[in-house]
Amino acid sequence: MSNKVVNILVPVISIILGLIVGAIVMLVSGYDPVAGYIALWNGIFGDAYAIGETIRQISPYILAGLAVAFAFRTGLFNIGVEGQLMVGWFAAAYVGSAFELPMIIHLPLSLLAAAVAGALWGLIPGILKATLRVHEVIVTIMMNYIALHTVNALIKAVSGGGYKTEKIQPTASLRSDFLSQLTDFSTLHYGIFVALAMVIVTWFILEKTKTGYELKSVGFNDHASQYAGMNVNKNIILAMVISGAFAGLGGAMEALGTFGNMTNRGGFTGIGFDGIAVALLGANSPLGVIFGASLFGSLKYGANNMPNAANIPLEIVSIVIALIIFFVASGYIIRVGLQRLAKKKEAK
Amino acid sequence: MPDTLCKTFSTSHKYQIIKNREVHTVSKRKYGLALSLVLAAGTILGACGTDKDKEKDNNTSSSGGNQSEFSVAMVTDVGGVDDKSFNQSAWEGIQQFGKDNEMTKGDGGFDYLQSKDESDYTSNLNALTRRDFNLVFGVGFLMEDAIDTIASQQTETNYAIIDGVVDQPNVASILFKEQEGAFLAGVAAALMTKSDKIGFVGGMEIPVIERFQAGFEAGVAAVKPDIKVDVQYTGAFDKAELGKAAAGRMYSSGVDIIFHAAGGSGNGVFTEAKERKKADKDAYVWVIGVDSDQYEEGKVGDDNVTLTSMLKRVDVAVQDISNLAKEGKFPGGETKVYGLHDDGVTLADSRGAIPEDVLKQVDDYAKKIADGEIEVPEFTK
Repeated sequence: MSNKVVNILVPVISIILGLIVGAIVMLVSGYDPVAGYIALWNGIFGDAYAIGETIRQISPYILAGLAVAFAFRTGLFNIGVEGQLMVGWFAAAYVGSAFELPMIIHLPLSLLAAAVAGALWGLIPGILKATLRVHEVIVTIMMNYIALHTVNALIKAVSGGGYKTEKIQPTASLRSDFLSQLTDFSTLHYGIFVALAMVIVTWFILEKTKTGYELKSVGFNDHASQYAGMNVNKNIILAMVISGAFAGLGGAMEALGTFGNMTNRGGFTGIGFDGIAVALLGANSPLGVIFGASLFGSLKYGANNMPNAANIPLEIVSIVIALIIFFVASGYIIRVGLQRLAKKKEAK
Repeated sequence: MPDTLCKTFSTSHKYQIIKNREVHTVSKRKYGLALSLVLAAGTILGACGTDKDKEKDNNTSSSGGNQSEFSVAMVTDVGGVDDKSFNQSAWEGIQQFGKDNEMTKGDGGFDYLQSKDESDYTSNLNALTRRDFNLVFGVGFLMEDAIDTIASQQTETNYAIIDGVVDQPNVASILFKEQEGAFLAGVAAALMTKSDKIGFVGGMEIPVIERFQAGFEAGVAAVKPDIKVDVQYTGAFDKAELGKAAAGRMYSSGVDIIFHAAGGSGNGVFTEAKERKKADKDAYVWVIGVDSDQYEEGKVGDDNVTLTSMLKRVDVAVQDISNLAKEGKFPGGETKVYGLHDDGVTLADSRGAIPEDVLKQVDDYAKKIADGEIEVPEFTK
């Protein structure tokens, strides 16, 4: 079997395996798996509205996945995407509501604010790692909690004791009547284009620039990179800053597109943590992240339709979705299996 | 050049792993074959599934056509439909309404959808709207924005929001005077406490919950002005562990009665109180429940830690609005406020936990509030 065939077969087989095991779970707990999967399918692609909402859900996942993937390529494990996303969300919501500017300035400025906020949140672990060798995993995890509670306090402060920020001005909004009408009043917004643009930017930085080469080189072997005359510390900080900026933009999707404001949060959004899985599913490549994010976004949104259309409890749905992702993530096992099979054939 | 660097690394890396595996697991080769057989079967089965899918899909769409005249549904907030509190109360109201009108669960009857996250509100409301329910309830303050958006788009459907106000011609807003019921809970707590220390555990710091706190504090102060209520917010409605931690701290500091207004987080308050009661049968710890009668929650063997519950009759309001809508008198664009006067809030049966003389005093206060003699503050100081 050629490599190309294997590359296509592996994800297909993993998804089918996941669906089968998911079906068994549904059967055992007394629900109709066929109805369940129809509901899932319709929840993702059923009509224009569902497609719109699915794409909307995918946009922040792409950016969160990019953030994780970018740091990974430099050998850094950025678990702080969640926190960076939340500060970005707040920054975009604040800039979007507090100023009155023409759209051509306001929208980019709000996006920029989100990116800068996320970048700053990534800068701190970057500096700590570069100068004091504090492990970025610990710092970024803690920075998530700092972000959650700081943002909640800031929401309270800017809203005069309220629990949510004001709605953003229309000049800062990513929403469009055109996309909304196209998809039957879904909350689809232009954020998907921002996300896709960032995929290209990531690819460009990593593959076409000297900086990208240095970043990857540090990821492969920082000692060798240093020996080759690269500034390892600078690259570590840079990687965290860029990673944080992507995460911040992910927050801007929610602020300027989906919600139009930010509400006091009781817990994490989960998008940042899912971003880790998105990046890993996508093998940390920009293009792979699109696929990972599409899978996550579709399943997450489509799953909502399973209790709605097939009467399957949310808890069972969560298990089924987790199983599908589990099998996709363990595609490596299937790859090995297929290669063995191919070798055996050759031997004969 | 960067490309090649990356590729050579990743491919060589993979080969190494595969090689190692082969060395160690030659005997497992057959496993690969077996696995692939299963996969092949799976592919075929999968293909069968899709064909059936299509047929079934057609069936469901055609059967959706026959509808009864009135249907109602609700969307929960993140607490879920079994939060033993607010959402559950609303769902019970809808079920009762369904029973009274001989409706069945599902399309054309009554149904609910749960929200896992803030982002589910809009899509859940939309999903129910698309299933042609005549009236859709949004349970909870946090759904204000979502209802506002959807109601402006889907003008054919009627919506109702509980605990929030949305100014749209097809939305009825339902509010409660939580402070009045909480006041009575405060009176009862102040009369029952032995340590003169009373606690309040809230969910998120939003106006609704602050009304609970304001009323409770006012009620305590009306009986014993010296008591300062120990207030703590968990910051969430779905985190029982935070409620438990807050209750643990309060009970340890000598508090003997805690009133919670924290939805699912409040279940942790019960857990903590029950653990203390279990460890020491004579422990004087009480919880005042919220929204529904939480007597069942407080059971420890033969004992019970539920002093009483402040009932917020979401179920009454839900049935009331549903009935009005069914009769074609849907109060769109209006705000209905349910207070002590309309039985919208009240204290639950304490089942002997509160002695008669205390209950009498509580009743006196209740009368004064209903008559307007006492004005209970809506905001915390």
